[in-house]
Amino acid sequence: MGIHLKQDTNIIPDRPKPVHKRLGSSFWLSIIWIIFAVLCAITADLLPLQEYDAMDWMNQAAPPGTTGSIQTSSSVESAPNSFVHFFGTDTMGRDILSRLIYGARISLLVGLITPVIGLVIGGTLGMLAGFYRGHLDGFIMAIMDTILAFPGLVLLLAITFYLGQNLTNIILALGFLTIPSFSRVARANTLAISQRDFIKASQMIGQNDAYILFRDILPNIIPQLAVYALFVVSFMIIAEGTLSFLGLGVPAPVPSWGGMIAEGKEVLGEASYISFFPALAMFLTVLSFNLVGDALRGIIDPKDGQL
Amino acid sequence: MKNTITTGFKKSIRLFGVLFAVTVITFIMMDALPGNVAYEIAGEDATMQDIEAIEQELGLNKPVMIRYAMWLKNVAKGNLGVSFRNEEPVLDAILSRLPVTLELMVLSQLLALALAVPLGVICAFKGGKVIDKVLSSISFAMMSIPVFVMGVVLIYIFAIKLKWFPATGYIPFSESFRGNIRSFILPAFCIAMVEWVAFMRVLRSDMIATLQEDFILMAKSKGLTTSHILFKHALRPSSLTLITILGIHIGHLIGGAVVVETIFALPGIGRLLISSIFSRDFAMVQGCILIITIGYVSVNFLVDYVYTVLDPRIRISGMD
Repeated sequence: MGIHLKQDTNIIPDRPKPVHKRLGSSFWLSIIWIIFAVLCAITADLLPLQEYDAMDWMNQAAPPGTTGSIQTSSSVESAPNSFVHFFGTDTMGRDILSRLIYGARISLLVGLITPVIGLVIGGTLGMLAGFYRGHLDGFIMAIMDTILAFPGLVLLLAITFYLGQNLTNIILALGFLTIPSFSRVARANTLAISQRDFIKASQMIGQNDAYILFRDILPNIIPQLAVYALFVVSFMIIAEGTLSFLGLGVPAPVPSWGGMIAEGKEVLGEASYISFFPALAMFLTVLSFNLVGDALRGIIDPKDGQL
Repeated sequence: MKNTITTGFKKSIRLFGVLFAVTVITFIMMDALPGNVAYEIAGEDATMQDIEAIEQELGLNKPVMIRYAMWLKNVAKGNLGVSFRNEEPVLDAILSRLPVTLELMVLSQLLALALAVPLGVICAFKGGKVIDKVLSSISFAMMSIPVFVMGVVLIYIFAIKLKWFPATGYIPFSESFRGNIRSFILPAFCIAMVEWVAFMRVLRSDMIATLQEDFILMAKSKGLTTSHILFKHALRPSSLTLITILGIHIGHLIGGAVVVETIFALPGIGRLLISSIFSRDFAMVQGCILIITIGYVSVNFLVDYVYTVLDPRIRISGMD
């Protein structure tokens, strides 16, 4: 018997050969764009940009490439420092490039923090529901269904309306809305994993539930949850953009892409670039997260690749 | 049969549970307002007597449970209060704007289906070929365009550059049928452009599965034309998931309607909600949220139920 086993190990290599799956150029381009956007957002204060709320009254709604100058009221005599508005200025003479980069902060901050809230709370609840099943499952899922029964945007409007418009409330409200879907993903995957033999083995050797949940189940559902989180990121960037577009996002003068698009919409005929630069930035960012999510989903589970 | 009834009963209980939660949450939101509603109504230079009188009138000095019961009784009677701004009854305001929102939703769904069904069928038929890949890539890109960006782009192309349709300006149905449809085309198209992607993808994957079936082979061997096979034989059995998705997307539609009505200045419920939020018209906001949510929950319930009736597979699996 022992000999037989030894023969087997000779035939089967210690590690199964990894299956090489190609991520494709769209994946890497998306990664590059995301890194670029994140770097810009982080280093916005260090970049040679104008203040995002500095108004160049001489150059309102100036086309891209205009040379502008801002005269600070305190130093009228000193020569105004001139610079080029590479992306033009908005209707109030504020530099679009600078506002784009500072706006990326809001979009990315909201987009990246909210899924973490959903991931931690929703993931935990879903894992508990999927692992214990029975009444706990019924109870948790009933609450999740009730939250899902509300139309998302209306609930979001209601929360920001009643709690007040600021970044923290927007992040909390959006994070709250992502909890049910994360809990569903976590629950479905936990249900599947709990049937596996290694969980039974773990139970038989007397591991406690906490150990099984965090050391056996969690590592196995993290890939699915992480990929789902990428789609949530793009969804949240859109949701924040929608709020800002409606004028219910972060209060002015802090720039946000949605707000910039709304401001530009009023002068779409004369100065379309005011709307189109932030719209393009938002589109590229959302597309990138979707493409990255899609590519990774194909890697972790080919069956899910279709839809 | 008994099981079907219990399932329906369970679902109804759930519906009422959700409706109860909806009313409680809407009420609490109103109740837990930062600041006092009475102060808001009375305005800047009100005396304490004024405020007390308003509190008395609105019953704000009673315990929460009693206020909730009073409010619920009024809601059941159709009395959602009056606007704090212009004394207009909330229910009347909402009902007068309902047709606009409904027309927008129906038109946008029809447009989305008109786009999604032929394209989905083509993609499934040419699965893996160039046209399938191109359409799949386009649909993936479309998924990344928010409704409001789509609205801005459509206004730019069709209203400003081409001048085909008006960007804003709603014309009531009673005034002119043509004008009414014209004022709805861009808004409906805007929602449809975002919605058709999901429909197409679902139809495509279901259709690919259907085309593997024996009865399609049978139809082919009988010598039926491709279009006949695709649209008469394969489309119906492939459309069940599509119907579910249609139901699920009502939620998206409501969100989309709020944004699109604001962009294109259509006097629907969504725009009423947004403008009431800005004028801090609490009664109106509460009424809008309540009506929209109840409508949404009920429609989801109905879709769920109709679907169970339509598809025997679900009906059977719903029995246990």
